[in-house]
Amino acid sequence: MFADIFGFPPQVLFGQLLLGLINGAFYAVLSLGLAVIFGLLNIVNFAHGALYMLGAFVAYFLLTYGGIGYWGALILAPIIVGAFGALIERFLLRRLSGVDHLYGLLLTFGLALILEGTFVKFFGASGKPYPTPAGLQGGVNLGFMFLPWYRGWVVVASLVVCLATWLLFERTKIGAYLRAGTENPKLLQAFGVNVPFLTTLAYGFGVGLAAFAGVLAAPITQVGPLMGSNLIIIVFAVVVIGGMGSIVGAVVTGLAMGVIEGLTKVFWPEASATVIFFVMAIVLVLRPAGLFGKTA
Amino acid sequence: MIRPALYLGALALLILAPFVLYPVFLMKVLCFALFACAFNLILGYGGLLSFGHAAFFGGAAYVCGHALEVWGLPTPVGILLATLAAGVLGVLVGALAIRRQGIYFAMITLALAQMCYFFFITAPFTGGENGLQGVPRGSLFGLVNLQNDLNMYYFVLAIFLIGYFIVARTVHSPFGQVLRAIRDNEPRAVSLGYDVDRYKLLAFVLSAALAGLAGATKTVVFQLASLTDAHWHMSGEVVLMTLLGGLGTIPGPAIGAALIVTLQNKLATGPLSAWVPVVLGVIFVACVIAFRRGVVGEIQAFLRRSF
Repeated sequence: MFADIFGFPPQVLFGQLLLGLINGAFYAVLSLGLAVIFGLLNIVNFAHGALYMLGAFVAYFLLTYGGIGYWGALILAPIIVGAFGALIERFLLRRLSGVDHLYGLLLTFGLALILEGTFVKFFGASGKPYPTPAGLQGGVNLGFMFLPWYRGWVVVASLVVCLATWLLFERTKIGAYLRAGTENPKLLQAFGVNVPFLTTLAYGFGVGLAAFAGVLAAPITQVGPLMGSNLIIIVFAVVVIGGMGSIVGAVVTGLAMGVIEGLTKVFWPEASATVIFFVMAIVLVLRPAGLFGKTA
Repeated sequence: MIRPALYLGALALLILAPFVLYPVFLMKVLCFALFACAFNLILGYGGLLSFGHAAFFGGAAYVCGHALEVWGLPTPVGILLATLAAGVLGVLVGALAIRRQGIYFAMITLALAQMCYFFFITAPFTGGENGLQGVPRGSLFGLVNLQNDLNMYYFVLAIFLIGYFIVARTVHSPFGQVLRAIRDNEPRAVSLGYDVDRYKLLAFVLSAALAGLAGATKTVVFQLASLTDAHWHMSGEVVLMTLLGGLGTIPGPAIGAALIVTLQNKLATGPLSAWVPVVLGVIFVACVIAFRRGVVGEIQAFLRRSF
């Protein structure tokens, strides 16, 4: 019915494109969280992948021990993990204010080792299945491809969350405070705003975004202790490509990288694991500050 | 007077050590000590946090293993070739990474090292998940049989001392002075007319090559090169060794490496074997929060306060 595109049946092409879009949605939400955290704390949160994993596990626990299903978990898990993140910020990361920002990266790396090691100890390296929510099983045949409802939902939900974050930052009072805190925390403090509290809030929010992505991923990838450990490195590459300066930049770069990765899977499968790193290398040569970065 | 005496004492201990402790364990310590010293050159003295040094360590391990096992080259030639290969990889990674600073540098090196890791998984000469097993230790120009653990130990000790000497010389040279100036105040170094990027790149390549030397030697000792050597956990471990021993001190990383390798060996056989990553993570957090100067740094600070 449909002609092949570049010698590939359209089902394959669009199927990979959708998978790429889903991965891109995860990259977008995760790099958005990293950007929010970087804005106020000036650190790169190496524990982001581990906290994404924690989000998925909290959803799994809620289902297994609390009988709370997917939709409840989608709200509760980010709040629980976000609160956990706020504690990390308050009691560990805050002690690092005034020392080199690299120590923040090292501290969160240690936290990632602790979290992942603990979960591997208790749950093994393999994954636990998490059911697709009842309302989103099955899919629809679009003619040129089969679209599972859940996968479509993941892309839509991610984009909605990204848009909501953008609105929060650009159109609300607290968003204005957060942006001011990114620009000049001392001056903001002098105006009577509680900047340390704002910082805790930002870390909790960024981590909550990671947990949200974790819950979204649970029915697709299974819930495993190492689900975030390789992902976070790809997200770092995405962040280097896009720069952490803007919300729009993080989202656009995340989606674009996911799509590029998906297309590479069709045309040159062997390179699909490394294509994002290649793009990063090219961007570093041509535009060292990143696509959306302002200065080097 | 005290410093030469300390060094001579340490040397005497290292020469006598294999008669008391298991030589293979000591060789492992020496390999990782060299790895950490090499890493310290770029982090401690250059102020650049590389999160991708496993690529050089593991890459050299594969090159050395392949050279000895498939090409049948003499052991020292294989090790030199692998060191060279790590240096070349260092030029490629370094040239890209120094285009950004601070945390971006860390993320770029990590990403490029992950790219190397994926390459090692799929490349035909690495043996995939199995790695290269049964790499022959060979001999030293047909004179000294390296199958013997004691002979091998003194060979590894010599390599370690050469590497350590290179690091110490570099740090105390005019080049090392400029490197530290860049670390402490880059804009000022630029305004003084130094070509900052060239200094950074040279330090990075030197560090990568020495990390490769450590990885290649490790392959000969254990007759094995595997994906573990190139995984980002390895990059994290070398950061931890350096941090624990003392960032920016010359003997610190070696001491840190000895502590971590000893700890891993002790834990691996005990009831806590499944907790090794968690224990390392806890040490990481504790070091960053409360012990940023590391063992040697704390001792130096104590001596400075007291005398």
